[in-house]
Amino acid sequence: METVIDAHDVTKIYNEKKIPVHAVNGVHLHIGRGEFIALVGPSGSGKTTLLNIIGGLDYPTTGQVIINGTNITAMSSSELINFRLHNIGFVFQSYNLIPVLTARENIEFIMLLQHTGKKQRHERVLNLLREVGLEDKINSRPGELSGGQQQRVAVARALASKPQFVLADEPTANLDSKSAANLLEIMAKLNREEGMTFVFSTHDQRVIDKARRVITLVDGKITSDEKR
Amino acid sequence: MLLRIAWRNIWRHKIRSLVVILSIAVGLWAGVFMVAFSWGMYKQYMRETVETHISHLQLHHPLFEEEDREARYVLQSAPSIQAYLDTAAGVRASTTRAVTGGMISSPTTVSGVQVNGILPERENRVTGLASRIIEGGYLNDEVRNPILIGKKLAQKLKVKLKSKVVLTFQDTSGGIVAGAFRVAGIYRSKNSSLDETSVYVHAAGLQQLLGAEGAVHEVAVLLNDDNLSEPFKHSLAVRFPDADVKTWKDLSPELELVIRSFNEYMYIFVGFILLALTFGIVNTMLMAVLERVREIGMLMAIGMSRMRVFNMILLETVYLSLVGGPLGLLAGYFTIRWTGSRGIDISLFSEGLSSYGFSSIVHPELESGYYLPLALMTMLTAIVSAIYPAIRAIRLKPGEAIRKI
Repeated sequence: METVIDAHDVTKIYNEKKIPVHAVNGVHLHIGRGEFIALVGPSGSGKTTLLNIIGGLDYPTTGQVIINGTNITAMSSSELINFRLHNIGFVFQSYNLIPVLTARENIEFIMLLQHTGKKQRHERVLNLLREVGLEDKINSRPGELSGGQQQRVAVARALASKPQFVLADEPTANLDSKSAANLLEIMAKLNREEGMTFVFSTHDQRVIDKARRVITLVDGKITSDEKR
Repeated sequence: MLLRIAWRNIWRHKIRSLVVILSIAVGLWAGVFMVAFSWGMYKQYMRETVETHISHLQLHHPLFEEEDREARYVLQSAPSIQAYLDTAAGVRASTTRAVTGGMISSPTTVSGVQVNGILPERENRVTGLASRIIEGGYLNDEVRNPILIGKKLAQKLKVKLKSKVVLTFQDTSGGIVAGAFRVAGIYRSKNSSLDETSVYVHAAGLQQLLGAEGAVHEVAVLLNDDNLSEPFKHSLAVRFPDADVKTWKDLSPELELVIRSFNEYMYIFVGFILLALTFGIVNTMLMAVLERVREIGMLMAIGMSRMRVFNMILLETVYLSLVGGPLGLLAGYFTIRWTGSRGIDISLFSEGLSSYGFSSIVHPELESGYYLPLALMTMLTAIVSAIYPAIRAIRLKPGEAIRKI
């Protein structure tokens, strides 16, 4: 299987000069294309920190992260912004859509940043909204959508840039069970049918049950890596 | 899309944005109006000084001004100058004067004055002197040797109509002469300091006392348009080389200074208002950034460059000023038009103002060319105000910002 994410001995230490906290401690991780991974562990185990480092939102204190053969830990923050734009999709716990834009505009926005042509943008927006089952909400603003619907728009936005993989930080944490199940089904379908790689941190047993690989973190270290 | 986001962002907090828009509008309105008010006052002062006192042009013997306006420096070519001016296009009116400096004395006191020997009809066409008479008549022959004096001088000398005053001055040969005159009229102009120092008698009477029949020291010319002053000055200087021709700007350089310094004054004044506005805009935009930390972090996380985030904050501020600026300028324009045509009565302060030559009714005015620079200044203020909040926005670390509650 082709490797998409390769993390070598990644460590993240906060408060280095006072009381150091090892949020991530010597993590080695290889993620292949098309995987559907749940990153689990108790609160404070370093799940979000590891996702941020893999996603180029934060730098590790030591170690390297290589995405598709590119060492992103050597990039400047401006280079990282551009790299994220073209390679990584994000789904956040609290949806984080742009409140003043409609569902269509929120999805289209990322493609505008990529300078995608108008026709292509419009086609892709319609396809993505259809895939997440929200074609009838195309002109609704986030405030007019339920939490589950907003998170589905967030998934569509994450996929709009045609990323190498999608990172989702506790994507179902704010959703009711029905919406969570619906969202998981959509992500699993995208993984199955389009081969999209998903890595999500979660506490949610339903998400863990759907995952085909479960990595457990405790005190910043991987304590188990189970493939199903 | 960035334009759309920025525009919609400013309406997320309507009240807050409206407060900023209104403060820009009111600040600019007040600034523009105050500038127009001052300009109106100065313009009126200049117009009145020119039309009631100095005139657009004056011609003298070349040494007359230099030698402290001595009566012996007579302008010999005055008759031909007068004849030319009577037919020249662009000349509204002109007159000749015999002028000398002297002392006026009443039974109680003495004061230094400029004695103007005038041709009443012509003088009235040039300076409108007759219209400023508040007591008595305009050099009429009801009394022998009539003299017109200002209200303030009359009070100083403690004289009234028909009182006798004595003028003492040097004649053209340097001898001291004196003549008795009776107050035929008392005038009051907008400039009380002039009222105290200028007296008017018949030219013939003064010329007789000076010992120089028909002597003219000054030719005053009122033109149809102030813009003709400089061309006329040059053509008269060429045509009458024995005369020293001066425009009102040469004669009263402080007026010229007012015009020249007005631009600086206006920009400094409005600049201060905009500076005060800057703090308000910075405060608002900083609030707008700080309450959207998570959103801005998300934008950078999904790939929006720092430059675009910076521009988005800048655009939001520019939009606020694009709404508030024209609103303030328009309000200012209409206020100036309205008050400009009706005038603002400041007679409460006119006692003090008239000693400086200012009118008690002010007609604010501002040339249209000033509005664009003012609009650009507002825009610049908005952009400058947005820089600090925008820098705060782009310094956010997306990984941390996203988790902010």
